[in-house]
Amino acid sequence: MDIIVCLKQVPHPEHFSKVTFDPVRGTKIREGIPAVINPPDRNALEEALRLREAHGGTVTVLSMGRPQTRESLEEALATGADRAIHLCDRAFSGADTLATAATLAAGIRKLGRFDLILCGAESMVGATGQVGPQLAELLDVPQVTLVKAIESSDSGRLVVRRALEHGYMRVMVSLPALITVTRELNTPRLPSVLGIIEAASKQTLTWGCAELGITPDAVGLEGSPTKVVIIFQRQAGQGRQGEVFTGPAPEAVRKAVARLRELVEL
Amino acid sequence: MGQNGEVWVWVEQRRGELQRVSLELIGKGAELARGLGVGLGAVLMGAEVEGLAQELIEHGAEWVYLAESQALRLYDNEAYTRVLTALIKESWPEVLLMGATSIGKDLAPRVAARLRTGLNAHCIDICVEEVGGRRGVVYLVAGFGATMMKLTCQRRPQMATVRPGILPLPRRDGARRGEVVRTAPDLGGAPLRAQTLEIIEEPTGEGLEGAEVVVAGGWGMSTLGGFKLVEELAAVLGGAVGGTRPALDKGWITEWQLIGQSGKTVSPKLFVSLGASGAMHFTTGFTRAKVVLAVDQDPKAPIFEVADVGIVGDLGEVLPCLIEELKVGR
Repeated sequence: MDIIVCLKQVPHPEHFSKVTFDPVRGTKIREGIPAVINPPDRNALEEALRLREAHGGTVTVLSMGRPQTRESLEEALATGADRAIHLCDRAFSGADTLATAATLAAGIRKLGRFDLILCGAESMVGATGQVGPQLAELLDVPQVTLVKAIESSDSGRLVVRRALEHGYMRVMVSLPALITVTRELNTPRLPSVLGIIEAASKQTLTWGCAELGITPDAVGLEGSPTKVVIIFQRQAGQGRQGEVFTGPAPEAVRKAVARLRELVEL
Repeated sequence: MGQNGEVWVWVEQRRGELQRVSLELIGKGAELARGLGVGLGAVLMGAEVEGLAQELIEHGAEWVYLAESQALRLYDNEAYTRVLTALIKESWPEVLLMGATSIGKDLAPRVAARLRTGLNAHCIDICVEEVGGRRGVVYLVAGFGATMMKLTCQRRPQMATVRPGILPLPRRDGARRGEVVRTAPDLGGAPLRAQTLEIIEEPTGEGLEGAEVVVAGGWGMSTLGGFKLVEELAAVLGGAVGGTRPALDKGWITEWQLIGQSGKTVSPKLFVSLGASGAMHFTTGFTRAKVVLAVDQDPKAPIFEVADVGIVGDLGEVLPCLIEELKVGR
């Protein structure tokens, strides 16, 4: 089974609130903020490795992102992926979900045939969950999103459980297909020392617009049908009282709770 | 059919039951349709669902486009995508709104990609206003930190999703009149490559949506090694436990306890935020709470701007005091 795992590098959650926006381009500024692999994408990689263990085949990791994204791809190689593709070009920046999916689709078409694409159900940044389904559509393969369990897999099809608000759907999907996975699916393994040594001899290819044969106006900010008009600070208050108590804990708490009891019956 | 350029709401029903978010979207859709001077259509898909049309009309839909087929009984991404896309291509609505449920989030991006149009996810609000010298629709979305973004969509239909519970439910009026338009669902000729075998209902039992008190923790709880005191405080108040995305990342809560952007929207009597800085991604999940209490060590944290009562201090000192103080009289 030849599997492609789409990864996204995201800011470390501890630094989440420090990410700011470029008010002109409407794009993220995250200089100097440590980055990690988007958590559910690790579950996608883990599932790909398990399917390879069960059925044989290859695992290719694919990511679109700035040059630093390479670190996350190297981590995926050290965890067990066979090869990595880094889609990197200035023209890719500022992409909305459709332009991101278009870029990933171009990378996958260049790679050639595949049986399964695995993505994390959503990123910690943006959290739209849209790129997976949009990528599936652009590649004309069926999708199952929010997969929390794989009941059975063979070379031709999967039977999976797709999470609903109160329960799940059992879906049978024929391959090739794309599935997006939640964190309930498995517990991701960590890179091993041997894996880190082996990763040094694995291949990472970097492709830009030229290699992908796409024009810059089809991707990135230019290729995005949604446009940011303005970014602004939330209006303070939102109609809230905004009484803040400081000082030594026992006294601040006592005053705060007294005020709280005036506002709501506890 | 109505006119081209309408505002449409995709109506989600499960087992013949309307999802509340679809009615919330009809309320918003009516407002946008008035602002644009066009009609409001509701797209109702399923098997034997015509009986739901009247309820949509009484909530404000002028047209109900009904697509009934046994193939649409259970949600299936390919079948639903084909039928909805074909309907759109027949009359090109200007705007198409969908609920960001587990099903809406699966269908909306697939349809948007097939039409190569834009999809603004998890909108906090949608309005008609002057943009670049002409009247258009703008979409408000949570940005990073305490920022909000205003976006437009440059292609048609302009698509957007809104989470359940963000918008108010419109008033139901039995005197409203509308028209049901039966359509022949176009399932296309190609075989379906995925099949929904069955739907298993599982009560999740967290009870966040209906809880009178919700206590939510954020990344700041890592200084205390986890959620023990969040849970203790929730127990004292008889409340449900929720958390932020970083808390989910740490494994302190499950996906279904996530509050905000792609998680739950709650409207309790009292919402307590512990050790969360107040990123928009989180705070949009409790805008309808009656009273908000926030505790964080950073006096500049934006969480205090959306709190009624705030306590600045070390969580390790404040929380034990808070738990003791709240036990009084219980």
